[in-house]
Amino acid sequence: MSEPVEPLLQAFHVSRYFQVGAGLFSAKKILRAVDDVSLQVMRGETLGLVGESGCGKSTLGRVVLRLLEPTGGRIAFEGQDLTLLSSSELRPLRRRMQIIFQDPYSSLNPRMSIRDIVGEGLLIHGMVKSRKELDERVAALLAKVGLRPEHRERYPHEFSGGQRQRIGIARALAVEPSFLVCDEPTSALDVSIQAQIVNLLLDLQETLGLSYLLISHDLKIVEFMSHRVAVMYLGKIVETGPTPQVFSRRAHPYTRALFSALPVPDPTRRTLRVLVEGDPPSPFDPPKGCAYHPRCPRAQPGRCDVEAPHPTEVEPRSGHFVACYFPEELVILRVATWVLPHQAAARSSILPNPNR
Amino acid sequence: MSDPHPVSEPPTLDVRGLTVGFDTDRGLLRAVDDVSFVLPRGGTLGLVGESGSGKSVTSLSLLNLLPSPQGRILAGSIRLQGRELVGLPEREWQKIRGARIATIFQEPMTSLNPVYSVGAQIVEAIRLHRDVSRREARARAIELLRWVGIPDPTSRIEAYPHQLSGGMRQRVMIAMALSCEPEVLIADEPTTALDVTIQAQILELLWSMQQRFAMSVLLITHDLGVVAHHVQRVAVMYAGRIVEEAPVEELFRLPLHPYSRGLLRSIPPMGTSLQGKRRRRLPTIEGAVPSLLDLPPGCRFGPRCELHQPRCSAEEPSLREIVPGRLVRCHFAEEWAS
Repeated sequence: MSEPVEPLLQAFHVSRYFQVGAGLFSAKKILRAVDDVSLQVMRGETLGLVGESGCGKSTLGRVVLRLLEPTGGRIAFEGQDLTLLSSSELRPLRRRMQIIFQDPYSSLNPRMSIRDIVGEGLLIHGMVKSRKELDERVAALLAKVGLRPEHRERYPHEFSGGQRQRIGIARALAVEPSFLVCDEPTSALDVSIQAQIVNLLLDLQETLGLSYLLISHDLKIVEFMSHRVAVMYLGKIVETGPTPQVFSRRAHPYTRALFSALPVPDPTRRTLRVLVEGDPPSPFDPPKGCAYHPRCPRAQPGRCDVEAPHPTEVEPRSGHFVACYFPEELVILRVATWVLPHQAAARSSILPNPNR
Repeated sequence: MSDPHPVSEPPTLDVRGLTVGFDTDRGLLRAVDDVSFVLPRGGTLGLVGESGSGKSVTSLSLLNLLPSPQGRILAGSIRLQGRELVGLPEREWQKIRGARIATIFQEPMTSLNPVYSVGAQIVEAIRLHRDVSRREARARAIELLRWVGIPDPTSRIEAYPHQLSGGMRQRVMIAMALSCEPEVLIADEPTTALDVTIQAQILELLWSMQQRFAMSVLLITHDLGVVAHHVQRVAVMYAGRIVEEAPVEELFRLPLHPYSRGLLRSIPPMGTSLQGKRRRRLPTIEGAVPSLLDLPPGCRFGPRCELHQPRCSAEEPSLREIVPGRLVRCHFAEEWAS
């Protein structure tokens, strides 16, 4: 089976800054939420975007849809430069790129029936000619996401979290997009419901040829769903490439730390914990040089704290890039030690000294 | 895995048949229904469940913090070192809550008072339960902040909650919970609001403190990954009932209740990415958690269960010991265990 090759969405050196403050007692500050990020999403592909809160991943998701104006850089979608289009020129393209949100409770208007929520886009874009056609299209969309046609008449409060997320997906699909930004699509859902939504998104991708930008802090879901992945830290992509390579190699020290912090649901398997010291720095005042260097075990003074590293390819033609002067070596990090809970004290001795 | 505590000494916390009801417009709702568990001295139990399973209501009952007047304990007993707590007047509870049973909640920003410095809040917590001078309490607070890994505690003690990061605030909450050296610590989703790298730090801290003080810890979470490594036993709750209780390694090795099995299977396995295997799907539990006001007849998990038989709708299975140390509420648990 051939891999998708044609880029559907490309972002070149995109930035988004926010001005914050300028209050009575505070000076104006610039927050670099997204700072010189380039990425591309191929047709039929899922690009996973992982990172912790405040790293800028949700801002980036909105910037590539031009729901937020970029401060700098260019975005190309289906061959057109979005940043050059006026808002009226943008409207026909809006139909092709949609978003589904994390919180299915606050993202559906409680006063609108499901027919109105799902059908709104069809009406706005003039995609239906009659009430009857609208009803039919909405019924078909509900069936596509695993709901029943008679649910049209109901209101959001009558549905569970998982069903609401299905309604949000039906709304996004109504206008026949080719590209969906999925912003933490499963984070607000119960564990047993998350898998249902993951499977639905995979089914829809397969039948409709959709491309996804999957924004999530859940590494397990990103690994399961994504062809390629990008790791963000403080507004920048620090590592990107095909998911199996990035997730097994973990070339950036931050990627490695993110993985080792992950609680593995298996009491017999321990990951050697590389506990990250300290808190993420303030995005208002990012450290000079590499933004990760104050927390990084591999940082070298005179290099990492002077100039930010540029992305370089880990292996030739691998498509796997890392922005680090001293990327991690290829080692098997998992240590298969059987550690029972009462041995927890003994286990802490194998941890690297956090007060290093 | 026989009885982990000698008969002579009562367990630190002994919960028997706890049933908690809430008055609603549509009648009485049993959020927790006949829940029993034991926390031995220094023992750790994970209480795992999804929204509406009753895990957080259980923790509120153990602190006498049920919303009044809608919520109340309908039946059951809660014994701390053998002493019955159900029915105690509030002024007796004030001597227990914070001093002998302490808690850490999910969101440290809403649990700390924004207008007092963190030091003032810890000092108040200490002086509420211990007869010590302000100066002694302050020295104790600094020591606690140092233990929980707050850098430069002598100056940070003056900080206000908004001046600290989420991870630091959760450390302060832990310091405050430890201030009176409680016998029982209830950690209700202690890391859910935190990023993964901070979550790992806080869990490490929590378990090192548990060892240091030999506390009994009840860890309440929806995340099976969080209980997998440090908890001795796990109880899985569904729709107000415990459906399975087992030593943690046993539960993860061979879950005996179909719900526990479904939960464990629906987590995507690590190290197996999508490429080349496009048709892969996650095993799911179909349907959704039932409303507690509209429970199915018989087994509450029945309508979502892959093993469902007519018997399951006719008769609710009892929670019973299937193999020593393992309790399961399923008619077919014996078959799975063998």
